[in-house]
Amino acid sequence: MSAPSLDAVIVGAGVVGAACAYYATRAGLSVAVVDRGPVAGGTTGAGEGNLLVSDKEPGPELELALLSTRLWRELAAALPPEDAVEYEPKGGLVLAPDETALTALRAFAAGQCAAGVEAREVDEHELAHLEPELTKGLAGGFHYPQDAQVQPARAAAALLRAARSRGALVRLGEEVTAVLTGPHGAVRGVRTPRGELHAPAVVNATGTWGGRLAALAGTRLPVLPRRGFVLVTEPLPPGLIRHKVYAADYIADVASDSAALQSSAVVEGTPAGPVLIGATRERVGFDRTLSTEALRRLAGQATALFPRLADVHAIRTYCGFRPYLPDHLPAIGPDPRVPGLHHACGHEGAGIGLAPATGLLVTAALTGDEPPVGAWPFRPERFDSRGPADDFSDPFDRPDGPPPSPGART
Amino acid sequence: MTPPVDLAVVGAGPAGLAAAVRAAGLGLSVALLDAGERPGGQFHRYPAPGLRAARPEALHHGWRHFARRLRQLETGGVTYLPRHHVWTVARGDGCWLLHAVVGPDETPATVRARAVLLATGAYERQLPFPGWTLPGVVGAGGAQAMLKSGLVLPGRRVVVAGSGPLLLAVAASLAAAGARVPAVVEAADYRAYGRSLPAVLRTPAKLAEGARYGGGLLRRSTRLLTRHAVTAAHGTARVEAVTVTRLDDHWRPVPGTGRRVPCDALAVGHGLVPQLDLAVGLGCATRRTADDTHALVVDADQATTVPGIWAAGESCGIGGADLALTEGEIAADAVARTLHDVPADPRRHAALTRRRTRLRAFADAMAAAHRPGPGWADWLDDATEVCRCEEVTAGRVREAVAGYGAHDTRTVKLLTRAGMGWCQGRMCGQAVARLAGGEGAAAVESRPLSCPVPLRPLAQLPPEAEEFRA
Repeated sequence: MSAPSLDAVIVGAGVVGAACAYYATRAGLSVAVVDRGPVAGGTTGAGEGNLLVSDKEPGPELELALLSTRLWRELAAALPPEDAVEYEPKGGLVLAPDETALTALRAFAAGQCAAGVEAREVDEHELAHLEPELTKGLAGGFHYPQDAQVQPARAAAALLRAARSRGALVRLGEEVTAVLTGPHGAVRGVRTPRGELHAPAVVNATGTWGGRLAALAGTRLPVLPRRGFVLVTEPLPPGLIRHKVYAADYIADVASDSAALQSSAVVEGTPAGPVLIGATRERVGFDRTLSTEALRRLAGQATALFPRLADVHAIRTYCGFRPYLPDHLPAIGPDPRVPGLHHACGHEGAGIGLAPATGLLVTAALTGDEPPVGAWPFRPERFDSRGPADDFSDPFDRPDGPPPSPGART
Repeated sequence: MTPPVDLAVVGAGPAGLAAAVRAAGLGLSVALLDAGERPGGQFHRYPAPGLRAARPEALHHGWRHFARRLRQLETGGVTYLPRHHVWTVARGDGCWLLHAVVGPDETPATVRARAVLLATGAYERQLPFPGWTLPGVVGAGGAQAMLKSGLVLPGRRVVVAGSGPLLLAVAASLAAAGARVPAVVEAADYRAYGRSLPAVLRTPAKLAEGARYGGGLLRRSTRLLTRHAVTAAHGTARVEAVTVTRLDDHWRPVPGTGRRVPCDALAVGHGLVPQLDLAVGLGCATRRTADDTHALVVDADQATTVPGIWAAGESCGIGGADLALTEGEIAADAVARTLHDVPADPRRHAALTRRRTRLRAFADAMAAAHRPGPGWADWLDDATEVCRCEEVTAGRVREAVAGYGAHDTRTVKLLTRAGMGWCQGRMCGQAVARLAGGEGAAAVESRPLSCPVPLRPLAQLPPEAEEFRA
């Protein structure tokens, strides 16, 4: 089958690939989106839909998050209502259990505010007003009105549908088996079991599996899986939990390099009623075995914040694998080692939030336009400059099993 | 900490009860955990003692053997733990940890065991149709259970419909208890049994059972309609009538053949689905069955593919109580041999194995004959609710498939919430898979929590070491 001439093949139909397709087609580019599974079949479908600025320290990721926050607001207004992406600008509430934590949180928030984040200290009295079910006796906290939420699978499906309506070719259930290169090593498309798709650019939006696509293209990107469990409760009355609520130590966990289990529960309600409690972080390769220790910690922390949850049933738990790069920043942009190869992966737990800004950056690189934010910190080849002592083969990364079959997880 | 028991059996239905009693008789320390109030599972349901049923055995066959095992359960050294709902089986330090919530207060309990036998049984397969959510529409197995445990009839004039050998038994029980059963509506064709004639003929007791049910029903002027289905239930406050339609070979309704049958209840079911949540959570391999469900892969000793985990009964493939008993006994012998070097009795072993082979062949023949045809989805209109928990209609599922590129149950679930509710897709999984375009079986669902668990017992789990790694 000879496809019409394409400007780019985007590999990956998660939220990042869908956002790349959305902005690329909006810029008039002709793209194909290829994924071995369904839309949102990987980490996107296991995500909570956090659009957070509150957990990010000043720096390039925060800049990307602030841009994305604006873009999500625009998208929520632009996408047709039947897409029902459940965008909720609900705001975040970061809690300090004691004075020490509160002092640290103040310093952290002050830095964020200088970088453009809206954050406001709230005392115990106001906490009770913002979250009536919250436990008493906390030292205080900060309210982050820019934090928001979206239903990640619906968001990815909606972005992809919009891209398709602008002519994007969407090929799901079709695995890329080779990245085609020309005589000078430049990318010229991909091969799948159904044939070849030719384009002068290939975008690696394969998330946690980004290292594999890089390898197919003959280069290296040290993306590692970082597992997270989420607990989902039975549906509860609306308004019981109103914000994204979490304790301040979550921020330390996000930035941690440890492989061991870390957990600080982010607790939030959803429009459909269930409360989400997530998520743990640990590096155990692609192991889906239930960790009762992860559940113990999530349940313990959530009930410590909201005592009323103790009698509420968890009806489901699931895990996902965050695509994690050693410096906790994504890889976004052209790969100078393989002309025509672009990366858009490695967003760890922030992929839903950072997807639109990533899509814009990738589109700018494809069209040659000025990028909306500086892309230098995200350059994919940055890990090559380190010494040989930095071997990115993950000692905890177990050999991968077969790719997760669609429907094999809740 | 007390030492682990040799064997923890999950499920006190025919398979689990037989295995627990047998293993204890062979000298093993055994814990039998069951979610129910009383042993017997779904098969041996019987009225609570307070109901003073004069003859609880009237609705059962095999009651005598069941009663013997109940006596052995009381005297034979099995630690019987009723009202224990095991929500996961985890790997502990040199043993298995069975985490359960207990009783109406849902207090936490953990049983440690060297070996585990999963006898978790099955639940009824439901295929939706317009009107299936009306009061008065009950599961065929559910109607049987109501009758056995509560001596309650779902209605006075009950249509029995769906597919599978259970329907005749249900209709016979309902009729015997005084209901009028105007029709048994079976979607498959009993002539399909002929394709596996040897397996069927080797099981004369099963044939006699079927003939007895069938004969009894005919005497009570019940119409037996094969290759027909209830394609709609009608009524406002509750079901008042059903539409019965002829089906073609693929279970597509034949236009113009529908007719209304008045009734005040409908008992409907399409066979049974093995209950695999604990086993899938442990990583046990599954196989696809002839009637488009999944069952556990077990070897000649009833061992699953995970060392230390055995399985018996319906979770290894729907086959009925006699097969479950046989598998339970085989598994108990194998566990005793593995843990305590209890030598096998060769004659007993050969007899049990022969019996299992014969019953399994019969069960496979039944499964093949009653496999749902792909055309059943044609009787769903867009307004038909497919997922009852989350109130998701067939139209919304079809939209997710056509408009948003969902081609499997997981993606449909993510986009529509079908299967995200209290039952976690046990009711709607098959229907969603079909609407998502799949022929036949849905992928094996993974449900790491096999039942809802309050957060308190989760928070009270014993902590693992700080530097733990799963």
